[in-house]
Amino acid sequence: MEKILEVNDLHVTFTTYGGTVQAVRGVDFHLNKGETLAIVGESGCGKSVTSNAIMGLIPNPPGKIIGGRILFKGKDLTRLHEKKMRSIRGVDISMIFQDPMTALNPTLTIGTQLMEGLKQHRKVSDKEAKKRALEMMDLVGIPNPEERLKQYPHQFSGGMRQRIVIAIALICEPELLIADEPTTALDVTIQAQILELFEKIQNVTGVSIILITHDLGVVAKIADRIAVMYAGKIIETGTKREIFYTPQHPYTKGLLNSVPRLDAKGKLKPIDGTPPDLFSPPKGCPFTARCPMAMEVCNKIYPASSDLSDSHSVNCWLQDERAKQLLATMVTN
Amino acid sequence: MLKYILKKLLVMVLTLWIIITLTFVLMVSVPGSPFNSEGNSNEIVQQNLEKHYNLDKPLHVQYLLYLKSVATLDFGPSIKQPNQTVNDLLGRGFPISAELGFITIIVAVISGIILGILAALRHNGIIDYMAMGIAVLGISIPNFILATLLIQNLAVNWEIFPVATWKSPMHMVLPVFALATGPMAIIARLTRSTMLEVLTQDYIKMARAKGLTPWKIIVKHALRNALMPVITIMGTLLAGIMTGSFVIEQIFAIPGMGKYFVESINHRDFPVIMGTTVFYSAFLIVMLFLVDIAYGILDPRIKVTKKEGE
Repeated sequence: MEKILEVNDLHVTFTTYGGTVQAVRGVDFHLNKGETLAIVGESGCGKSVTSNAIMGLIPNPPGKIIGGRILFKGKDLTRLHEKKMRSIRGVDISMIFQDPMTALNPTLTIGTQLMEGLKQHRKVSDKEAKKRALEMMDLVGIPNPEERLKQYPHQFSGGMRQRIVIAIALICEPELLIADEPTTALDVTIQAQILELFEKIQNVTGVSIILITHDLGVVAKIADRIAVMYAGKIIETGTKREIFYTPQHPYTKGLLNSVPRLDAKGKLKPIDGTPPDLFSPPKGCPFTARCPMAMEVCNKIYPASSDLSDSHSVNCWLQDERAKQLLATMVTN
Repeated sequence: MLKYILKKLLVMVLTLWIIITLTFVLMVSVPGSPFNSEGNSNEIVQQNLEKHYNLDKPLHVQYLLYLKSVATLDFGPSIKQPNQTVNDLLGRGFPISAELGFITIIVAVISGIILGILAALRHNGIIDYMAMGIAVLGISIPNFILATLLIQNLAVNWEIFPVATWKSPMHMVLPVFALATGPMAIIARLTRSTMLEVLTQDYIKMARAKGLTPWKIIVKHALRNALMPVITIMGTLLAGIMTGSFVIEQIFAIPGMGKYFVESINHRDFPVIMGTTVFYSAFLIVMLFLVDIAYGILDPRIKVTKKEGE
């Protein structure tokens, strides 16, 4: 399969008064054409920073990409000039934000906001832009598009606004869409509709999607592959099936255990403790302090990646042969 | 829209009536009359004069006569300068005051907004500190001090600008500068703080994600939202500039309305006091009304005309 995006060893830091936060500490992943990759993790693990880095929207200062590459169709985005990057933003790569209530400018009409990206990047007449805008409104399922174009954001409901935000992101036919928690701010019923819309859009336009979320329900619905992120690193990646049915990393298992299920009895099992302080991240595996299976080595050396299949890989010392032997002897004793 | 304007007009008339009444009460309760300051006038002359200007009538009759003069927009002749009517004075003074006020507000708004934006875009940088330094100076130095300093240095010592009066554009520089600095500083500080807030909003990030140029993001997306609070304080600033112009007109010997206003109070020149007060009040009320309308146009969420549902 053709890789549309490849992120290698990405490092992003933020300089603050309190010190330097290592928000992203060597992230590797790739995205194939036409697939949906979900990046999952709890708040502050670096998901959004990673997506902002791809968009070139890390505010500098205080933020800085200090290492690694972001290859989009073979071009390294980290080396591109701001001007060049502007011609990629919104055209080749688009982004959808978390809260549709604040993502739209309250003083401009929906039509203006929908068409301005198109007018910025393509030589189109007003008539053509409007035609395209109406097509997009139709695609994202907004009734009375003609009339709606003239209205302002406050005249739309949350779900409708998110549809507009999606339409804005897609109007220049991007090849990559980054959705940063696109359903978090919405009602559950509206969430389901928006997720269905994502599936529809992918079928119609063939766009590749990176879905940033902490909601495993959302992931289960639309992701093809999943990357689990923790403390600025990706600790496990695999297909949806692999992650949900054969999770390897204790953190991934913990995440899955903390999802409420209709068929399960007893209490939910949350993961104890809190993520490490990224001002001074631990040398070894960052999950050690919360990990029920932690060994001495975990604290000292970060585990290398082990491949379980072509698509499934995990960074955990439990994959080491010696750990497996140890576990086996413990079980027999 | 028409209904809204009519309603507003009614409130405006009511406001004006309250102002007129208050002014009248203040006027008659202040000791002294237009005539008794001159020691040489005898009893009979004074009585005749009072009769001529209806000052001998009971207060409620005087009050009604005043109301009538306001309603007909004819304030009669000035007591101190009987050969001129109040309307003459207004007709002569207002264009000059309006010119001064208008130029001042334009200068204050444009320079204030530019200073505020520059400060916000270079937040915590040298430009920010410089702009805010200027703003603090502008707010803390009263315009009459600034005016005298300007005259002393730029007009008297260096002779770059004329000292006083209102004749050519060169004459306008110093009074406008003195009058505009305060409002400019307020606008600059306000623009900076709202701009800083607006720049962190999601829709600005979204505009960047669309690949728009920084210029477009600032002018089209940020500025419009950042200017809302500035529009809100425009009414207060206008009032400030108007009252400030009394002092500035005195200092620079500009023959505007402010001069007549202050003189009329000193002389107890009742018709002129009444005329200028009503005129100033009416002007300010209309301006505030226009600010209201402008607010509704800039921010579609504020609907002045009709309520709209989802």
